[in-house]
Amino acid sequence: MALVEPGMAELQDIELQDIEIVNARLVDPATGRDGRGSILIRAGAIADVNWGEAAPSGGEGVRRIDARGLVLAPGLVDLRAFLGEPGAEFRETLSTGSQAAAAGGVTTVVCRPDTDPPIDDPAIIDFIKRRARDKAIVNVLPSAALTKGLRGKEITEFGLLLEAGAVAFGDGARALRNPQVMRRAMIYGRDFDALIMNHVEDPDLRGSGVMNEGEFASRRGLPGIPLEAETIMLERDIRLARATGVRYHAAMISCAESVELVRRAKAEGVRVTCGVSINNLTLNENDVGDYRTFCKVSPPLRHEDERLAMVAALAEGVIDVVVSDHDPQDVETKRQPFAEAADGALGIETLLPAALRMVQAGQIELAPLLAALSTRPAALLGLACGRLATGAPADLMLLDPDAPHVVDKRKLKSRAKNSPFDEARLEGLVQVTFVGGRVVYEAQAS
Amino acid sequence: MASSDKVGIAACAASRLGINTHLQMTSPAPIYPHRHLLGIEGLSHLDIEALLDRADTYVALSRQVEKKTATLRGRTQINLFFEPSTRTQASFELAGKRLGADVMNMSVASSSVKKGETLIDTAATLNAMRPDILVVRHHAAGAVNLLARKVDCSVVNAGDGAHEHPTQALLDALTIRRNKGRIAGLTVAICGDIVHSRVARSNIILLNALGAKVRLIAPSTLLPPGIERMGVSIFTDMNKGLEGADIVMMLRLQLERMHGAFVPSSKEYFRYFGLDRDKLDRAQPDALVMHPGPMNRGVEISSEVADGAQSLIREQVEMGVAVRMAVLDALAQHLPNG
Repeated sequence: MALVEPGMAELQDIELQDIEIVNARLVDPATGRDGRGSILIRAGAIADVNWGEAAPSGGEGVRRIDARGLVLAPGLVDLRAFLGEPGAEFRETLSTGSQAAAAGGVTTVVCRPDTDPPIDDPAIIDFIKRRARDKAIVNVLPSAALTKGLRGKEITEFGLLLEAGAVAFGDGARALRNPQVMRRAMIYGRDFDALIMNHVEDPDLRGSGVMNEGEFASRRGLPGIPLEAETIMLERDIRLARATGVRYHAAMISCAESVELVRRAKAEGVRVTCGVSINNLTLNENDVGDYRTFCKVSPPLRHEDERLAMVAALAEGVIDVVVSDHDPQDVETKRQPFAEAADGALGIETLLPAALRMVQAGQIELAPLLAALSTRPAALLGLACGRLATGAPADLMLLDPDAPHVVDKRKLKSRAKNSPFDEARLEGLVQVTFVGGRVVYEAQAS
Repeated sequence: MASSDKVGIAACAASRLGINTHLQMTSPAPIYPHRHLLGIEGLSHLDIEALLDRADTYVALSRQVEKKTATLRGRTQINLFFEPSTRTQASFELAGKRLGADVMNMSVASSSVKKGETLIDTAATLNAMRPDILVVRHHAAGAVNLLARKVDCSVVNAGDGAHEHPTQALLDALTIRRNKGRIAGLTVAICGDIVHSRVARSNIILLNALGAKVRLIAPSTLLPPGIERMGVSIFTDMNKGLEGADIVMMLRLQLERMHGAFVPSSKEYFRYFGLDRDKLDRAQPDALVMHPGPMNRGVEISSEVADGAQSLIREQVEMGVAVRMAVLDALAQHLPNG
């Protein structure tokens, strides 16, 4: 089904021609509105949003795309993805990672700073921005390390990094262990209105743990990671955030106890937000099965009760954002005994189809789900995208929410192939992705 | 199955009487329906009993002067040990040789694993040498399952991390069955470092499958979370846990695996969880004591008990060879042209 009749190449030739997408099901997660309508794109931005069956507003020279009733919604904003550069180009590059993003309807990606060298210096922010401009087909925004060299001891140059273009601070997959350093980072970060993120998993309590602690881990003979590894560090961070007044974001939570901590903190007015990985929303510890290392992630896949608590907290709005936690891993680091394999799973291309499982199961409506995938992460970063509003950037996706497909890891666009959703039957496929009014991805007619 | 059961029972009875059962082994034994032995999990009680019956015949054979058969003649068995082991490796080697196989031992110290070769590479290399049976021990849980997916031959798990050690559980069951005449209905207390123990996991599954009542006795730090849902009752007081027990199965306190303060000292451990005469007196008067070895005397077991009349520890070693012969024999039936 070729939606964009002339084909992608020709469309790109005509560059920033005005585009009118008609006959769409518009879903605006910023307002929760969901209905028929059309959108006019001019100069890379949304120029008009027409709800209802109103006549097209475009004039001469406007390219019309008939959406045939598909969902037209803001492109997704992914707060957490590892994009390989610099230093791990064998796992992912800005080019391959952004193609995977575009195919998943993700139009803005915040890349993790725990690269080699880490993104802890304004020059590396500059490097990422220039490489992304030349190589990436979606918006790539760098997050910066919270501490120099990710060593957890000295804070980075928040002011200079923000000026260079950093959008948030955190040490990536490493938790900031030292409470005094975190306290200083928060006190100093507040002066810059910096967004401080942490991977809430206490390394000491994790110990040698490799999967969720409990019956399943015990049966498999694998050392477990207790829930307290997450809740204790989260509670510490929340107390420090309350005391300092900084904007704090727990990168990913994975259990019901953590939801309660966040809920309580929000009720008390602490400026805390939190995310959840698509893995913890759609998979549970049983997916580890016979030692499947593609299901080895951090935070670990939890018990089904915890997964259901995550879904409920997302629907309720206690969890603010959903992230892909995209972490491409080389085959050699995954083809190992479970305890010795690396953490991490591909996620960005399957993020939306996997998340749609919750819509199909009746656990959440489409608009609130998309809010957690676009509007709210955009708002956390102060971006204008994530909504269908005049003047917002034309970062959009056309989605067939019911298209059935079987995930084939060989066809995913990432350089690595460690998808926990390989061979999964999912419904929902992005048909066209627009970034700044340009078509950057169009699904192949099947 | 009825006829095969009779063969098993006959062999069992014959072996107790010291009758040469060699000829009976040629009668059709029940087919073990798996290509590998990766764990007790996944075996039915019929699978287990068939292996024990077959092992009974090998006990008798091993007590003869002529201990060799031609069951595995022409076959190559490689013992691949990524973790040091003396007794298990020797036991598998002897079992293979008594069945007529060519046995090669590969241990990590002399292999290329230390040069950075991955487990998969090692498996592929060995696979290219066309072994018929690989016996594998590895320090990581699941490593043997992973390896089994990458090779064409049959694989026997000789212990993977804290996951499973199926031949140990089988030899323990054989020892119990030969001494008590049954397993169903017995109360078996497994005591000590459960959390790091693959022996405990395999035994819990096997003993439950055969109808024993399983108790675990350990300080809570040495009990894996959720273990109570594996069909066991939990005791942190050894005196209570041993009351009325028919079998007391001690585990080695894995001092080398103590990545943290699980217990404060071996002195305190022996005081509360070491098996001595007084604690053993809480069990049934005819209770029998087992230990997979090697023992830490004075840590989990006193020498008086280890060497006493109720101890089956030496017999376990003998049963080990017979059980491994039975396992290798059963797997050989799945080999091409076997």
